[in-house]
Amino acid sequence: MSRGAPSRRLSTGVREDAVARGADETEYTLSVLVENKPGVLSRVAGLFTRRNFNIDSLAVGETENPEYSRMTIVVEGNDKTVEQVKKQLNKVIPVIKVSDLTDDDSVDRELAMYKVSCDPETRGEIMQIAESFRANVVDMGAEAVVVEVTGDTEKVEAMEDMLRGFGIKETVRTGRISLARGEKTTDETGN
Amino acid sequence: MSKTREDGETTEEKEAPTTRRGAEALVEGLKQEGVDTMFGITGGAVMPVYDALYDDEDIDHIMMGHEQGAAHAAEAYHSVTGRPGVCLATSGPGATNLITGLADADMDSRSIIAVTGQVPTEMIGNDAFQETDMRGVSMPVTKHNYLVKDEDEVPDTVQEAFYVSNTGRPGPVVVDMPKDVSKNDTDAVRGELNIEGYSPNYEGHPRQVKKAAEAIEGADKPLIFAGGGAIMADAADEVRELANENRIPVTTSLQGLGGFPEDNDLSLGMLGMHGTGYANRAVTDCDLLIGIGVRFDDRATGKIESFAPSAEVIHVDIDPAEISKNIHADIPIVGDAKRVVGDINDEMASHASPDTEDWLDTLNDWREKYPMEYEQEDGELKPQYVIEELDDRTPDDTIVCTGVGQHQMWAAQWYEYNEPRTWISSGGLGTMGCGLPMTIGAKLAAPDKEVVCIDGDGSFLMTVQELATAVREELDFTLVIINNYYMGMVRQWQELFSDERYAESELPHLPEFDKIAEAFGAKGWRLTESENVGEVLEEALEYDGPSVIDAVIDPNENVFPMVPAGSGNDEFIMGKGTQGSRIS
Repeated sequence: MSRGAPSRRLSTGVREDAVARGADETEYTLSVLVENKPGVLSRVAGLFTRRNFNIDSLAVGETENPEYSRMTIVVEGNDKTVEQVKKQLNKVIPVIKVSDLTDDDSVDRELAMYKVSCDPETRGEIMQIAESFRANVVDMGAEAVVVEVTGDTEKVEAMEDMLRGFGIKETVRTGRISLARGEKTTDETGN
Repeated sequence: MSKTREDGETTEEKEAPTTRRGAEALVEGLKQEGVDTMFGITGGAVMPVYDALYDDEDIDHIMMGHEQGAAHAAEAYHSVTGRPGVCLATSGPGATNLITGLADADMDSRSIIAVTGQVPTEMIGNDAFQETDMRGVSMPVTKHNYLVKDEDEVPDTVQEAFYVSNTGRPGPVVVDMPKDVSKNDTDAVRGELNIEGYSPNYEGHPRQVKKAAEAIEGADKPLIFAGGGAIMADAADEVRELANENRIPVTTSLQGLGGFPEDNDLSLGMLGMHGTGYANRAVTDCDLLIGIGVRFDDRATGKIESFAPSAEVIHVDIDPAEISKNIHADIPIVGDAKRVVGDINDEMASHASPDTEDWLDTLNDWREKYPMEYEQEDGELKPQYVIEELDDRTPDDTIVCTGVGQHQMWAAQWYEYNEPRTWISSGGLGTMGCGLPMTIGAKLAAPDKEVVCIDGDGSFLMTVQELATAVREELDFTLVIINNYYMGMVRQWQELFSDERYAESELPHLPEFDKIAEAFGAKGWRLTESENVGEVLEEALEYDGPSVIDAVIDPNENVFPMVPAGSGNDEFIMGKGTQGSRIS
């Protein structure tokens, strides 16, 4: 056979297969449509544990059709491992569709609430920061305020950085939720 | 059925469903699926199911000695017949005892249905007596599982369980039946099967099939690597045609044994850790590897970097997740092996066969260079000899079951497998103790065939209680224990790689297995030298009932060739510590 070096060999001559795991890990966003039945979350979460895949976040809720739920899963990996994640997810019987929104144009949001220490002097400053992030102060006490912010990960983290100086007493964050932009539904996009 | 209307008039209502208990609906569903044999052990939560079986005349229930045995027997039933094997256990310990068998079936892609009793629905979660979350516990080792929460769901669940288990890539499925669900009345009948998230793909993509044919035409050194998937898909004929018509040599995985006749001159036997030297050389040197129903397990590939390093890889598999999981597939074809390989054969009609004569000459040189051999002095008893003698005295369609360890590898190497579904063993999970219960399942699945078990001393002792099952069921098989008074494979690794530190691998106080056999009501023999091996084997094969031969072999005998774990397949060690390869 007259062919060039098979593509799966790296320039070092080592098979690509062997070095794939653990190499060049980045974040991937998967949107997983599942049957809305008991035990499905456990099947999906258990799969990640069993296959040694890393979940960064997982958010789940009912869809426009109450028979289905949609999970947005942020997973750490590379193209090869995430390909396996998708294939293994597809093998879970109640999983109906796995869409990869990583490279697609999608809207990503998460919600965070911060309980921030304050005193009469800093309260105004905190409220100003909240306002500039279009965040809401949802509870106010003499020594602490609770700020709620919605946005993509960068925005949420930027606000957290700003609030850190005042002393964050407690944080709670949802996982990321994502939808494809445009007219197509999430299940018609991705791969 | 007839029904009395309110006005007292009796009418015929043919469509009216019959009211029966959930357990009876379960048994009815099993029969609709064609179940004729099941393996199990009764207990509290599963009593209603046994009650429903009590009057049944169509299903033969085999009472096993341990639930693990029931699962292994069901596995063998599937391997022999291609139909799902069914096992039955009670809740809690009965159910958890099935887990090893379920995991074994999951790893080796065998279709088994495990019906388990469960505590009544209103007690689930209360830590009731013999309660285990079987759905949770079995989740990582099954293809799918069901907790039946309502008796009306029984007919559909049974239908779905069988469909999921034995379509696509076969696997184990659990149906967990709470006791009240089994006892309550239902008139539900099975509806139309509809599983939105499950639709296995059977047809290979025509473009990929064409690409495969082109690659075969262009290859100089092609090699077929056939696995258990080829056997399960009943693709042995198609594989043989692909090989014979195009003069392509064939190697198999452990679970692929029998998928290609080993008496064919194109057969290289098994590859991998204990594969033949020539198969391992062939896979290292080939320029086209045609994987059919294989999952490129680490015991088969050795070090990934050195596996078929210069080959283009065609990978035919029913499970898309196996494609490029371990070995990158240049030409992936997802589909049923029988159809896909058949399509490739059809496509080859418009392609020239590759000229492989030089390649086959090279392989023949390697056959001579790395022969399978062993030495047996007078008075010694070598395992290879026992297995060869057994092979000589049994027909080609004999079903061979094994446990796990050295004896298993010798059985793979020294018995010649020429027909599919004749090799039944635990490959992926490596479950010691699987041999005897699998033998029972195999014999019940194929009562007219010769069934033998090549077992190990350690393996045999792990499930020895199933001899009681075999005697009670009057099963006619011959079990040969390759007895070295060691956990032999561990001993071998300790000798070769751990400075002979034999930590807990010696088994000096084993019982006399021939006497154990007799105590169970089976027949026992003890062999200590090569002289009367043939005679004893003949007596045992002749005996109508379970025969147990305790063959006490040379404990220092190791399994060769061997690819040390983490090495490339071409770095195999031949016997006596000589390096097999890299010496061209």
